[in-house]
Amino acid sequence: MWIIVLFFAAGILLGRLLRTHASLIRLADQLAMVSILFLLFVLGLSVGLNREALAHFGTLGLQAAMLTAGAIAGSVAAVQLLSLSSRRKR
Amino acid sequence: MKSSLIILVCFAAGVLTGWLVPLPRSRELDDYTLYLLCALLLFVGISVGGDPHFWQSVRQRDNLHMALLPLLVVLGTLFGVAVVSLLLPALPLRDALAVGAGFGYYSLSSVLLTQMRGETLGVIALLANLMREVATLVLAPLLVRFFGKLAPIASGGATAMDSTLPIIVRFSGKEYSIVALFSGIVLTAAVPFLILIILAV
Repeated sequence: MWIIVLFFAAGILLGRLLRTHASLIRLADQLAMVSILFLLFVLGLSVGLNREALAHFGTLGLQAAMLTAGAIAGSVAAVQLLSLSSRRKR
Repeated sequence: MKSSLIILVCFAAGVLTGWLVPLPRSRELDDYTLYLLCALLLFVGISVGGDPHFWQSVRQRDNLHMALLPLLVVLGTLFGVAVVSLLLPALPLRDALAVGAGFGYYSLSSVLLTQMRGETLGVIALLANLMREVATLVLAPLLVRFFGKLAPIASGGATAMDSTLPIIVRFSGKEYSIVALFSGIVLTAAVPFLILIILAV
């Protein structure tokens, strides 16, 4: 799976080399969007084919909601450290 | 927001098609999606690396606070989902952390986790990270009021550079737009790396 991250790192370097070519960057953006749409269609397809996953959609949604609450609460709490330290400085 | 809708419609169309048309499940399709995923990461990389703001934020040394912000968002998010995973025995800690490491970037994190851990975790990642974006849009004024102007930037995660940026500017103020942009870009770039590291450890 590290191959995926290699592609990502290569993309970042390529993007840096191409950064003055705005039209190419925009093209990469659009190609990314098209591949995401296709991949999410395929994800939907495998969910739709998987009756068990469909039956558990509500449970998955609840798990997702709880994870979101934890993620937001944790990150908001963590950046409070910054607000506290900048307040003390003033 | 327009693109989020198209993304959801595509996913829903896939679910409907799979539900209505009994296609055989093929291994070849999995191979092809891996190739496409590699291409996708290359494109996303180009778009991140081609963004001048990204290189500015990497070079941010003069403002330590700005550099610390995305790091704190990473640590806070992972801590938060780790606590939640204690309440969810069905969800291993590692999977919970991987979902959290999407930082709201639901399209990329869901296709990555589908490939690496199967469609169940892919769907959780899609829903959880989509909820993070939507909750940030809806809660931004309350977050600012009770937790300060950095709160919606933290809550927005990777989306602070695009889809939640307008709402952050509106409620935290224009002077926070650069901070939000930086934090969002750094987190966007971190998503694939962190997900891989979490699943590899």
